[in-house]
Amino acid sequence: MAQVPNKNNRLFEIFAAAPTRIAVSLIVPVVTFLVLRWSFIFMRDSEASKFLIGIVALTIGVGGVWVLFAATNNLVSMLPTRMRDTLRPFVFVGPAVAVLLFYIVFPALRTIYLSFLNRTSTEFVGLRNYEFVFTDPQMLIILRNTLLWVLIVPFVAVAMGLLIAVMTDRLRPGWEKIVKSLIFLPMAISFVGASVIWRFVYYYQPAGYEQIGLLNAIVTAFGGEPVAWLIIRPWNNFFLLFIMIWLQTGFAMVIQSAAVKGVPSSLLEAARIDGANEIRIFFNVIIPYIKGTILTVMTTILFMVLKIFDIVYVMTSGNYDTGIVASRMYKEAFIYRNFGRGSALAVFLFIVVIPFMIRNITQMRENRR
Amino acid sequence: MSDTTMETRQVPINKPPASVKVQRVLKGVPMRLILLAIILIWVVPILGLLVSSFRTPEAINNTGWWTVFGNLAATDWTLSNYISVLYADFMGLAFLNSMLVTIPSTVIPITIAAFAAYAIAWMDFPGREAIFVIIVGLLVVPLQMALIPVLKVYTANQLNGTYLGIWLAHTGFGLPLATYLLYGYISGIPKEIIESAHADGATPWMSFTRLVLPLSKPAIASFAIFQFLWVWNDLLVALVFLGTKKENALVTTRLAEMVGSRGQDWHVLTSGAFLTMIMPLIIFFSLQRYFVRGMMAGSVKG
Repeated sequence: MAQVPNKNNRLFEIFAAAPTRIAVSLIVPVVTFLVLRWSFIFMRDSEASKFLIGIVALTIGVGGVWVLFAATNNLVSMLPTRMRDTLRPFVFVGPAVAVLLFYIVFPALRTIYLSFLNRTSTEFVGLRNYEFVFTDPQMLIILRNTLLWVLIVPFVAVAMGLLIAVMTDRLRPGWEKIVKSLIFLPMAISFVGASVIWRFVYYYQPAGYEQIGLLNAIVTAFGGEPVAWLIIRPWNNFFLLFIMIWLQTGFAMVIQSAAVKGVPSSLLEAARIDGANEIRIFFNVIIPYIKGTILTVMTTILFMVLKIFDIVYVMTSGNYDTGIVASRMYKEAFIYRNFGRGSALAVFLFIVVIPFMIRNITQMRENRR
Repeated sequence: MSDTTMETRQVPINKPPASVKVQRVLKGVPMRLILLAIILIWVVPILGLLVSSFRTPEAINNTGWWTVFGNLAATDWTLSNYISVLYADFMGLAFLNSMLVTIPSTVIPITIAAFAAYAIAWMDFPGREAIFVIIVGLLVVPLQMALIPVLKVYTANQLNGTYLGIWLAHTGFGLPLATYLLYGYISGIPKEIIESAHADGATPWMSFTRLVLPLSKPAIASFAIFQFLWVWNDLLVALVFLGTKKENALVTTRLAEMVGSRGQDWHVLTSGAFLTMIMPLIIFFSLQRYFVRGMMAGSVKG
């Protein structure tokens, strides 16, 4: 490795001594590209068995990206030292930058632009789509519902998570682990799966029929009339957002549990000696101590709530006054095909997260300094 | 679960007198009751789904699923719901499709992100800082901001409804988080290790594939689990770019479609829902430690 050939020498070396290598490294990317293209067309148009397509898909999907990296790296390695060293970082970082530009940056800018155009993106309509977002009577209900979701879900999930974290902290370790696993379990389930689970719990049959939904069975067992939970406005919203609480509490619990365990036991003992009961300790010692964690968990859940569309889509498709901004965005853009309004709703979601985006960037810069 | 959350604090115990002990136990009773109630709310709905999926359609519609506990032996248990949902409702095909979408949609972003993270952490080039700032900024951009324009491009280029299209879409949407997380890990590798590899003549390619990738295994595993579950459980991206046609449908889109078309047929809805959950549940129970870490790490996704 000690010998560093001068530039001309190296160029000569490349062209004289390694013609085959150069040929190979030029041909490999071309062939790779052709193979990828062929296999892509094969997957799209082929009538071949699903199994065969599957094998091709997995090979191409998993292997293709590696081959592309190796081929371009090989190509760059052929270049003279200085050019090689300048270009190599871009071989590594280039694909990521390209993907981010084409899948997030440009589309996001275009979405902002589209939000000022009409439903087919053919005519400029100024702020009319935003006027719809903020004045349409249906939209006002949707904004109200969204507000309910983003206020209630993070708050209740964090409160429940904290309560469970503090309570399980007093159990024996074995029990603590089991209880936490059970509460965390819904995190593994898709929003669609969770929606089916709760649709079954909320299932309604008119009075006089056998109630096979758990909630109505309980209500009728106590002598009540069965209730169509998903239809009674505005309470149906609470039954929908409860599903999200059910899904997110485990997340809030795990993070806050770590924070609760970080509260120094000397602090707790001191409070006990001062005669504070457990409830006062909870509010006056534990909560102030882990305030930072509570806020982080709340904003994280708030983000998720803002973007979630699956629950509303599966449970009610936004009917019976249950729509939220994210579900309406899907409906406008991909069912009504109104790209203008759909884009305006997406921009609405984006504007809400901008402060957090700025905070993340400034925080990251401070950390690196 | 992760080690950090499972440690129990050592509280010095000086033996209290018996009366205080009894008092403490009594004090614990309401707490335990509340906890029990919460656990029931969390577990019973899942149990209801599971039990119902093994009952005949008539049984499901005539009696509540909880009645089976009165006479476990007399219940008509059946597997036919699963057979019917797998074949007649194409859930088997959807399962295969979900695998074909999810595996590449996990591997591709990890690969691209790992290369990028290595470059940003250990290579010197103009724009390095700017790229990282942009990645951090993109972390929280809602997915919804990209859907319409990407769909327009896909429709114009016949990429809609293709595997490649959805792989790349998931790659794009998962990439900021993947790069951010892997950068955090890869930049933490001690400088001496990387430098001595270079001194020994390792090219960047070699030090990346033989040194950095193996060292980053924990971070890669956490993100892989997060991304796998995210893609497997995703409904929005699949609906927009693959649609609900039976040949293309994934487990989530298939199940959502069944709720729309057969909303009362609980025998297929329960068994179908359980089939969509099998994969995540296997991961949850077999890789619990990585699972929790992955979910924690992934919670910032936009």
